[in-house]
Amino acid sequence: MSAPARHASGATVDFEHVSKQYDAHAKGTPGAVNDLSFHVPAGRICVLVGPSGCGKTTSLKMVNRLIEPTAGRILIDGVDTAGRDVTELRRGIGYVIQQVGLFPHQTIAQNVATVPRLLGWPAARQRERAEELLALVGLDPGRYRNRYPRQLSGGERQRVGVARALAADPPIMLMDEPFGAVDPIVRERLQNEFLRLQEDLAKTILFVTHDIDEAIKMGDLVAVMQLGGKLEQFAPPAEILANPASEFVARFVGADRGLKRLSLSRVSELDLRPAVIARVGDASAEARRRSATDPFPYLLLVDESRRPIGWIADAAIPSEGRLDERLAHSMSPLINRRTTLKDALSMLLDADVQAGIVVDRTGAVLGLVTADMIAERMRETAGDARFAAVDLETIERAGAIGAIEGAAQPSEPAPT
Amino acid sequence: MIDWGWVADHLDHVAFRTLQHLYLAAIALAIGFAVSFAFGVIAARWRPVNVVSTAIAGLVFTIPSLALFAALVPVTGLSILTAEVPLVLYTLVILLRNVVAGLQAAPPDVREAADGMGFRAAGRLWRVELPLAVPLIIAGLRVATVSTIGLVTITATLGDALGGLGFFIYEGMNRFFLTEILVGAVPTILLSLVADRAFVWLQGRATPWAPPRGLQPESNA
Repeated sequence: MSAPARHASGATVDFEHVSKQYDAHAKGTPGAVNDLSFHVPAGRICVLVGPSGCGKTTSLKMVNRLIEPTAGRILIDGVDTAGRDVTELRRGIGYVIQQVGLFPHQTIAQNVATVPRLLGWPAARQRERAEELLALVGLDPGRYRNRYPRQLSGGERQRVGVARALAADPPIMLMDEPFGAVDPIVRERLQNEFLRLQEDLAKTILFVTHDIDEAIKMGDLVAVMQLGGKLEQFAPPAEILANPASEFVARFVGADRGLKRLSLSRVSELDLRPAVIARVGDASAEARRRSATDPFPYLLLVDESRRPIGWIADAAIPSEGRLDERLAHSMSPLINRRTTLKDALSMLLDADVQAGIVVDRTGAVLGLVTADMIAERMRETAGDARFAAVDLETIERAGAIGAIEGAAQPSEPAPT
Repeated sequence: MIDWGWVADHLDHVAFRTLQHLYLAAIALAIGFAVSFAFGVIAARWRPVNVVSTAIAGLVFTIPSLALFAALVPVTGLSILTAEVPLVLYTLVILLRNVVAGLQAAPPDVREAADGMGFRAAGRLWRVELPLAVPLIIAGLRVATVSTIGLVTITATLGDALGGLGFFIYEGMNRFFLTEILVGAVPTILLSLVADRAFVWLQGRATPWAPPRGLQPESNA
């Protein structure tokens, strides 16, 4: 996959005491935002999450000034957005919304080329760019370029929406529940594809969702917002899950936050337990002796390429003869190193033998993973999350220094 | 029952009246559309304008056409102006409403996306809202055209110089001559039908993006 934007990574985004009040007398109006401050480093995904009416969409729309703040400033790369021409500002920010908002009267290629057309690119370059982006989001340009939006499925339309937002290679993308209108299977696929794209694109992304699982999955940073537009916690997902800053956050992330943390770690982070293995055709007596020295009461039978065949209980290993495939009486789920701990644990719970077999790309055994190992890992990372918080403070401090430097020009008073 | 000999003798006159009929209808539609479009663009943006103009257009529609012709004669005489003013006014009520509804037909998400991507107001109107208004505008033109083609016949009451095919209907009624009434009525009906089909065809050509009539948009699978 091509990465046309490797050079153009994201810009920083700063909210400085941003408020939006719709009614001067009522502070709790839905959509209101109250003294919001945070810093998003360049190239990161910041997810704004909270219950409906918490002001997350309002916050997003204040970045491209579809909504103007009542107070405070929003800076992009240190420059106050309020001072910029609003049309120019918007053309430099990708915008994706839940209902996609494709133009029904334009073909897919025309839709994707919308901002390049507004910017006055030559027609040939617009076409080229549209095709490049369709390919990037996984839609064959030959098949899709001349179709109209109504001829696409919901998932395809979302992809076109993302392609359209990327068209002029903006450093910042605003995404308002971009995958909210598709079914869960398509959503999962779009999320994964988008994360893979982002590895190359490195845009700065503000992403709104009401779904805490999506926030944890997509976010480098998560801003949990509360009704009344108050920021409850701003931290990496692991920190939010391990150390919720308030009762509200704890309730919002849910009683299963321990399980959710599992989805943030992968099997590759574990030190695998070595398995006692024997090949088909090995001498039984020798295998029986080796398995007896290990506390785990099963022997793992593999083929000549070390691919697992099944378990043999220690007691069932014959004392003479050779090992034979028919001795294997049960099998555990095969797990690869990219599997999340959550999925691994879930597979383990269904298995007869409480150990998952981790295999490499060729299917050969690397080792075993057990529920105890996963639990142990969770205890360790509760500490890691605190380190992550320190990292974040460093980031924030760096951002604050940037802001002060930015303001240190003559005639402009330094912010407090 | 029908005097075919009379028909054969008057073919030239029928052709002339048919062209006159089309001419009177086309002028009314062109002016009516221009006015509706200009007002529609304003009314779609400012609600008060919309409310007032819709009310006035609705009021005009309730005035019987004959009464309107009669009221204008003292002012404008038996001229083409007397014929066209009512015809134009009647097109307005249909066209204005459809232009406004058409311009407001763009879904909210489409408008939001357009704003978010940096369309200016005029750009959004011309490149987004107007193209999306085309189906409703053409639908309005279709109804207005059929209604105007019918109404043109009444301008025959303003004298021999006007009336289009209505001339034959009017004269035939005065002479109790069925053949002449039919020579006026049947081509009028045919003109309406042809114009109606023409707009259906135009609609299909102008909006290849819209779902075919009678079909639901493809599913969300």
